[in-house]
Amino acid sequence: MKIKLKIWRQPNAGTKGAMHDYDLAEVSEDMSFLEMLDLLNENLNEQGEDPVAFDSDCREGICGTCSLMINGQAHGPDVATTCQLHMRSFKDGDTITVEPWRAEAFPVLKDLIVDRSAFDRIIQSGGFISANTGSAPEANNLPVEKAKADRAFDVATCIGCGACVAACPNGSASLFVGAKITHLGELPQGQPERDMRVVDMVAQADYEGFGGCTNIGECTAACPKEIPQDVISQLNKDLRTAMKHGH
Amino acid sequence: MTCVATPTLVKGSRSTRSTIALKILMAVTGLVFIGYVLLHMYGNLKVFAGQEAFDEYAHHLRTFGEPMLPYGGLLWVIRAVLLLSVIGHAYSAFALWSRASKARTHKYVMMKAVTATLSSRMMRWGGVALLLFVVFHLLHLTTHTINVNGDPGSPYERLVSSFQPGQWWVAVIYLLAMLALAMHLRHGVFSVSQTLGYSNNARSRARANFAGVFLAVVIAGGFALVPLSILFGIVD
Amino acid sequence: MTESTTTRVSDAADYFTLGDAIADTKAPHDVSVPQMWEERKAHANLVNPANRRKIKVIMVGTGLAGASAAATLGEAGYHVESFCYQDSPRRAHSIAAQGGINAAKNYRNDGDSVYRLFYDTVKGGDFRSRESNSWRLAEVSASIIDQCVAQGVPFAREYGGLLDNRSFGGVQVSRTFYARGQTGQQLLIGAYQALERQVAAGTVTTHTRHEMLELVVVDGVAKGIIVRDMVTGEIETHLGDAVVLATGGYGNVYFLSTNAMGCNVTAAWRAHRKGAYMGNPCYTQIHPTCIPVSGENQSKLTLMSESLRNDGRIWVPKKKEDCAKDPRDIPEEDRDYYLERIYPAFGNLVPRDIASRQAKYMCDDGRGVGPEVDGVRRGVYLDFADAIDRLGLEAVKTKYGNLFDMYKQITAENPYELPMRVYPAVHYVMGGLWVDYDLESNVSGLFVAGEANFSDQGANRLGASALMQGLADGYFVLPYTIANYLAHPAERIDESHPAVVEAKQAVEERINHFLTVNGTRSVDSYHKELGHLMWEYCGMERSKEGLTHAIESIRELKADFWKNVKVLGTADTLNQSLERAGRVADFLELGELMCIDALNRRESAGGHFRAESQTPDGEAERIDEEFAYVAAWEWGGEDGHTPVLHQEALSYEAIEMKARSYK
Ligand SMILES: Cc1cc2nc3c(=O)[nH]c(=O)nc-3n(C[C@H](O)[C@H](O)[C@H](O)COP(=O)(O)OP(=O)(O)OC[C@H]3O[C@@H](n4cnc5c(N)ncnc54)[C@H](O)[C@@H]3O)c2cc1C
Ligand code: HEM
Ligand code: FES
Repeated sequence: MKIKLKIWRQPNAGTKGAMHDYDLAEVSEDMSFLEMLDLLNENLNEQGEDPVAFDSDCREGICGTCSLMINGQAHGPDVATTCQLHMRSFKDGDTITVEPWRAEAFPVLKDLIVDRSAFDRIIQSGGFISANTGSAPEANNLPVEKAKADRAFDVATCIGCGACVAACPNGSASLFVGAKITHLGELPQGQPERDMRVVDMVAQADYEGFGGCTNIGECTAACPKEIPQDVISQLNKDLRTAMKHGH
Repeated sequence: MTCVATPTLVKGSRSTRSTIALKILMAVTGLVFIGYVLLHMYGNLKVFAGQEAFDEYAHHLRTFGEPMLPYGGLLWVIRAVLLLSVIGHAYSAFALWSRASKARTHKYVMMKAVTATLSSRMMRWGGVALLLFVVFHLLHLTTHTINVNGDPGSPYERLVSSFQPGQWWVAVIYLLAMLALAMHLRHGVFSVSQTLGYSNNARSRARANFAGVFLAVVIAGGFALVPLSILFGIVD
Repeated sequence: MTESTTTRVSDAADYFTLGDAIADTKAPHDVSVPQMWEERKAHANLVNPANRRKIKVIMVGTGLAGASAAATLGEAGYHVESFCYQDSPRRAHSIAAQGGINAAKNYRNDGDSVYRLFYDTVKGGDFRSRESNSWRLAEVSASIIDQCVAQGVPFAREYGGLLDNRSFGGVQVSRTFYARGQTGQQLLIGAYQALERQVAAGTVTTHTRHEMLELVVVDGVAKGIIVRDMVTGEIETHLGDAVVLATGGYGNVYFLSTNAMGCNVTAAWRAHRKGAYMGNPCYTQIHPTCIPVSGENQSKLTLMSESLRNDGRIWVPKKKEDCAKDPRDIPEEDRDYYLERIYPAFGNLVPRDIASRQAKYMCDDGRGVGPEVDGVRRGVYLDFADAIDRLGLEAVKTKYGNLFDMYKQITAENPYELPMRVYPAVHYVMGGLWVDYDLESNVSGLFVAGEANFSDQGANRLGASALMQGLADGYFVLPYTIANYLAHPAERIDESHPAVVEAKQAVEERINHFLTVNGTRSVDSYHKELGHLMWEYCGMERSKEGLTHAIESIRELKADFWKNVKVLGTADTLNQSLERAGRVADFLELGELMCIDALNRRESAGGHFRAESQTPDGEAERIDEEFAYVAAWEWGGEDGHTPVLHQEALSYEAIEMKARSYK
């Protein structure tokens, strides 16, 4: 099939960008969206034009490297990462608009690539359980109720791709922060640091320039791992508890 | 800045200085409003019990608690609480609004909303509309600056004369405001539950959502009954 | 075993020079194998806690091995500089591991023990691993689970709240810990969080989007690395007291593999060119259950976890004419459950190399299924109909739901209704930089951990053992052995040292070359062609003729690449073609060495199957008399110079060397 692409091009962080139009033929339905962009890049390379820079690594929906706002939706129309999106979700003759994640906390580095190191700093601020290597007790000494373990797992599947921020009208990182708070907060190991963790992580997210949450739910809808909005409520609850405890 | 993650971590973070604290303030003041509008609506519905009952209720509001409170004391207490709430609510709203606009200065060329309800997207402008309405409402029925009509001695008279078909536009303003209120509550009630941490699983989230729709319909509907009934001559 | 002629001339004689034999000198051979690690730890040098802050360790890689090592060294108080090419340490390729991690916990009371895990590892590796290392791996495996649970890794649990296990290919006990189909992700996030905690503590500094392009070596001692800031293009020097490469595997030399797009050999290869030996480069693991190739433009292959073989049954039609039919219309008696037929004891759970090769044979025999690509159907069925009958749909969903969803997303077929189609794909490399018991390469001060080293896995790796090795290396081995080295670190140099200047210049010249060739072919087109050669001739089955052909073809391709590659853009920006060009240049050299190694090893062992060396019934035939050694290759120099082979003899005392049989 043939498609038209409108793609954001920006040479580097300091230079202004703009949307550019491209036509691409010989796109097959079995191609992934990124393979379609690979094909575009092969063509551009041949024509002596700078290929479109975009992030990807695992291409199986788990590393969270790929991004892309496709036709106004983070990761495109499917509930999956961009790398798992296939061209069969589009029709011959379609026009596809491709933009980078937009958020002040995610500055564009080039074309469709943004800097998401703010997420790393949020984890640094408290997204862990302090357990030095060697200090761990025997694993089965601490049984964890299956329901809690399952919930912890469900929300720990966050891949840190940033789609939640990209889709949120407020540019909020609450789903990302809430997922980590809920993951660690469900487990007995996570209790000692629970209050400080939430206070520090929220403060860091605020500092990075993410917006506040208004519970609209676009984040959940965009999340390729379907992290539910529950975690935001949990995040708020944990913060309120920490407030009560005087942190 | 971009690559070497020079740790620029916040030091001395406090829960009370977070965006979530602002949200909690908004939720608590929102709850005050909900409580207030419920009472207010209950009072308004006394219109259907006739002039005497309604006027007596209005009078009773002012003498409530006497002699512990001076005449009109309760009303002043309520007004004070409401005023503080409005300030807190609006302050948080505007603070978060401005944060949100700074969080994304470069807009998307194309952006599709997938699940967002219209209500949830209208919270801010809807809130502004409500604020304007409250001002109008006070000028209209509290200070009588606008459209003074009927016997100022009887609240009932004033109310009924306001919504006569001859001044249909007054009723329209009130009805539009109720639509705005309904939308604000539809999302607001759900949002309160989220913000205060009461909907951290699918079931409670569904419940909070239902409560939003329910309260929106009951409150806005309850309020709207009065102008509608007067407009169509059911109450006169 | 065949009769041996030790004096026999190597098939690859024209392509290499034989060097001196080497040996691991670090394992304490005066004690028995089970006591070695305790002994080594007891006598290793220690570094005074007060001095650790002043000691700088360069850690390249943030996968399971690199992140766990960086975190642990940071906790101990060392100053660690950590590097990765992704935008966050959390995205290292370990994140993609699905199935699970082994540990000799014996929670199932099914007779598991350190010995048995050791035994399975050495046997699974077809007696081509070093037994001291394999024992240690089994020994520390249990602590890994403890450590990860303490960090909050949400492993699967039973209703009683205790940890659950499942079984994996090649073994008869249930010792695999898992977190649904995302074990690697959960383990890596645990290690990543520990790493970020150290960043906050100020002991670790992370450099993301930085690619290591050169190793700085002075008089046989590693002093630091040269990296490129992939955003600004700046070439930076980082010097330290020791360098650790935890840079993962090089499966992408095959172009199509289950590895992430960015996986590369560059870090290891640059070290190799600076003197580090490459161990058993030809040992590649081909995973039997991946989603088959669907078209020309495919950029990578997707693995379907081995755990699926627990409940799924593998089959092809008995009759060629059934291959195009809807599988549901093929009656039971016309299906060939070939693994269950040939290997009744292990059935669908035979080791990966066997399952892969059998799938290839079935398809070569014309009984493959799925669409024809180049005239052959390359796929076999992995069928869950029986499992759904037996366990119920819900149970199957709980266990494998995310894998089924992934399959559906990629193929647009519903595996709950139609059997999945799978085919082998390159997945892991057992080969890598040669290291001793301390994980130190022959270049002093250069340590190698995780998949990047030549591995404790021998010629074939058992499922769920790579995660185990990565974390064993990073949490429990390297922190001890590197301390032993750091107790007496070599002298530091500064950036004006000629070795640094020269290394930096070399990097710049190479980059400059790529950008100025102005040729006609894209980097990817070379990569694809190389991959095709490697898969065809150095893949599941290798032969003298094929390998010789491949070596010659790769040489031509390499020469053409340097003359005719087309890389646009500039050096001082984010330039993805430039990044790939460097990686492909190194893959071309590696590919040649892999073929030479494969050509030399005229035996079938584990993942390395030589057509010339099989039993009458087509099973792999090892030749212990000739090849019971680790092939450690020394860089010979640029074109015209041949690599030098150093052999490390393998001997076994804790286990008897036997022919591997799963029948
Ligand atoms: C799809 C898939 C599924 C798997 N499933 C399992 C399983 O179930 N169980 C199991 O035990 N094993 C499994 N494996 C194997 C296992 O995941 C890997 O062997 C293991 O995770 C490797 O870890 P590592 O730390 O050595 O390297 P990696 O995780 O690959 O990390 C390499 C690191 O090095 C960095 N790096 C590389 N080159 C450079 C450079 N030049 N400059 C700077 N940085 C560089 C990268 O950025 C990255 O941080 C699987 C593998 C795949 C592909
Ligand atoms: C003064 C004018 C007002 C403004 C500017 C305003 C604005 C807002 C905004 C921006 C929100 C946040 C939306 C969200 O987070 O989802 C909000 C929430 C809310 N508002 Fe208002 N509003 C106003 C008046 C009112 C009134 C009159 C009521 C009561 C009837 C009310 C009830 C609520 C409730 C219950 C919430 C939910 C609190 C939460 O988000 O947790 N608001 N308002
Ligand atoms: S590339 Fe890894 S999630 Fe898309």
